[in-house]
Amino acid sequence: MAHAEDRYYVPHGSHWPVVGSAGLFFLMVGVSIWLNGADTGFWVMLAGAAIVIFMLIGWFGEVIGESESGRYNSQVGMSFRMGMFWFIFSEVMFFSAFFGALFYARNMAVPWLAGDSNNFFTNLLLWDGFEGSWPTNGPGNVGGEFEVMGPFGLPLINTAILMTSSVTVTIAHHALIHGQRNLLKVFLATTFLLGFIFVFLQAEEYIEAYQHMNLKLSSGIYGSTFFMLTGFHGMHVTIGAIMLTIIWLRVLKGHFTPERHFAFEATAWYWHFVDVVWVGLYVFVYWM
Amino acid sequence: MSGAIANAHSKHDDHGPVKGWRRWLYATNHKDIGTMYLVFSLVMFFCGGLMALIIRTELFTPGLQFVDPSFFNQMTTMHALIMVFGAVMPAFVGLANWMIPLMIGAPDMALPRMNNWSFWILPVAFSILGSTLFMSGGAPAGGWTMYPPLVLQTGDAFPFLIFSVHLMGLSSIMGAINVIVTIVNMRAPDMTLLKMPMFVWTWLITAYLLLAVMPVLAGAVTMLLTDRFFGTSFFLAAGGGDPVMFQHIFWFFGHPEVYIMILPAFGVVSEIIPTFSRKPLFGHDSMVYAASSIAFLSFIVWAHHMFTVGMPLTGQLFFMFATMLIAVPTGVKVFNWTATMWKGAMTFETPMLFSLSFLFLFTIGGFSGLMLAIVPADIQYHDSYFVVAHFHYVLVPGSIFGVMAAVYYWMPKWTGHYYNERLGKIHFWLSTIFVNVTFFPMHFLGLAGMPRRIPDYATQFADFNSIASAGAIGFGLSQLLFVYIVIQCVRKSGAIASQEVWDKPRGLEWTVPSPAPYHTFETPPEVSPGAAFP
Repeated sequence: MAHAEDRYYVPHGSHWPVVGSAGLFFLMVGVSIWLNGADTGFWVMLAGAAIVIFMLIGWFGEVIGESESGRYNSQVGMSFRMGMFWFIFSEVMFFSAFFGALFYARNMAVPWLAGDSNNFFTNLLLWDGFEGSWPTNGPGNVGGEFEVMGPFGLPLINTAILMTSSVTVTIAHHALIHGQRNLLKVFLATTFLLGFIFVFLQAEEYIEAYQHMNLKLSSGIYGSTFFMLTGFHGMHVTIGAIMLTIIWLRVLKGHFTPERHFAFEATAWYWHFVDVVWVGLYVFVYWM
Repeated sequence: MSGAIANAHSKHDDHGPVKGWRRWLYATNHKDIGTMYLVFSLVMFFCGGLMALIIRTELFTPGLQFVDPSFFNQMTTMHALIMVFGAVMPAFVGLANWMIPLMIGAPDMALPRMNNWSFWILPVAFSILGSTLFMSGGAPAGGWTMYPPLVLQTGDAFPFLIFSVHLMGLSSIMGAINVIVTIVNMRAPDMTLLKMPMFVWTWLITAYLLLAVMPVLAGAVTMLLTDRFFGTSFFLAAGGGDPVMFQHIFWFFGHPEVYIMILPAFGVVSEIIPTFSRKPLFGHDSMVYAASSIAFLSFIVWAHHMFTVGMPLTGQLFFMFATMLIAVPTGVKVFNWTATMWKGAMTFETPMLFSLSFLFLFTIGGFSGLMLAIVPADIQYHDSYFVVAHFHYVLVPGSIFGVMAAVYYWMPKWTGHYYNERLGKIHFWLSTIFVNVTFFPMHFLGLAGMPRRIPDYATQFADFNSIASAGAIGFGLSQLLFVYIVIQCVRKSGAIASQEVWDKPRGLEWTVPSPAPYHTFETPPEVSPGAAFP
């Protein structure tokens, strides 16, 4: 705990939270209306998303301004760090739900449909002849025959890209700590470029899956888990790469000192988090 | 970190409350935000309560008389969602906001603006959820547990239900992060972890539970959404998925959730019983370990909610024994509260009465929980009114009475005035009597075979149902008295409260004036090293 300063810091009021709530309201209502089949919902959704983005820019901008003017003491810095850590923990639990679904389907649901455990008659009466190998789109052959996305080729290249980017962001961090600003700029730029390349290749992989392999989100449980896990991961990589880009722009503006660079650290943690999730994905979704 | 001294007198620092609506809309003050949470929770308590009364009115006599079955199902579903996510959870977050900074000697919550956002997401979430009542197909009617495939048949309300749950989760996650960071980073210099008050401890553990399971709920409802709209097969057997998988994921959230709703109440009672017994809490450290054990066990018992759904025998045995293990730490807590009172100079003001009622009635709910944990018995009790009796005993005289006790206990600190003790006692007796009249007969109904979630029933269940309904109406009306008492107290009509409020209570919150000033502990409170906290 840091108690170097004799006085606590309490920030002034802010209108950004209610702006964010208003944005979320329109975003969620818009998506719902759209999903229910009315096209107006799409525009409501876009308006909501625009408000949320406006809020994010405004809120972060204000905090960055306050931080750069030296208003935060080290206790505030520690609060931010802990907050980011536990936010990442909650993200890990979000992915756990989908990994849990994958493991449950592979080890229980599919074998049981194939008659494993005490489900002999389930198999015989409902799904006669279903053998329950993995990958599968289920006894109903939901979505039709498909090809499996193998672990080599694009996924392996993507693994190499993300692993490399984890290294480059660490080099950038060391450069920041040792005051080597040019090295920092180069390696930070490399990191987010690798991130965007990853997202681009992932999009290529999806196009390949949809156009040539008949592997779709609707391809039974394999398609569901494959696209939901890689999709949410890809979304997080995109967000992380945007965060890295913003950090890079801040570096160009001369922000951060060797001692004070919470935003950099938080983004780097986030980046390592998407990296670790990818390793899990690569092993359990593509490889095993 | 050098050069980082905050300029205390800069114009950006917050000094007094802003005038008008900005004070609430732009709030960063933990007391203001706590108040908003508590008021929101009270409003939701009456919304959910009204739905409960519609349910009980329909069930007053056999046959269908007031509402059609579809609307009845909407009421059971919405009643649960509103009470769980709108009444109980925000009430405890409100108490956490008000009291944790005061109890640990912090100036505010660690992340005050995010704190404001956590609150202001809730009205959005619940206006979205409430609006579903007016949609084609009506509100969600498949039960608050949202089991597929039934929930996938919800009408236009479906995406609104999913996204309102997402928003509630977002709010809870941000609230939990704030609580953890506040407790870990903002404590007064000499307040070591084991010197923390029990309310702070139980909330710390609750916040960890929230962080671990709310994202899992978000994942589960996301899978429902994609199953309905985007062709995934998570819960579709033909595609290799399994509807039972939803139940596993949901209850992985759902069981820790029940401890999220009760642990802060444990904390409240652990503050109140020592004060009115005029003795320190018996076994403070063992209370901490017990709460932590309960939290750990809550992650490995979820399938006891689904014994009848079909699972391997080893699974049933594991979840049965793990569930029964929870009785051990819970027993530690109940015995510690009892031992705290042993030979104490006890008095029985309203907060103490509610705490004692909590102690007895929560224990009854705990015992019926043990009965439900036993697999062969549960196969009989499952989906019967016995289950309804069980969880209402732990939620109403458990969680809700915990909130009531806390409000009576700390309200003089908040307003600077005592509530009307006579009316408080009347409110207590009415609540305690009616809660038993309402829910005790449900045990008999369930054991006699009455299923839950039905608008009509066999005539043999008529007598107990009419007793329960009468009790429910009485309980609902008694809560209007609570509102009157609170308003009276806020309007400062009672006696002026001293700084200590009660007879030498322990805790830093009693070292600040009553009412607590807008800003407290702007500098860390001085406590001599090694000394016990006051």
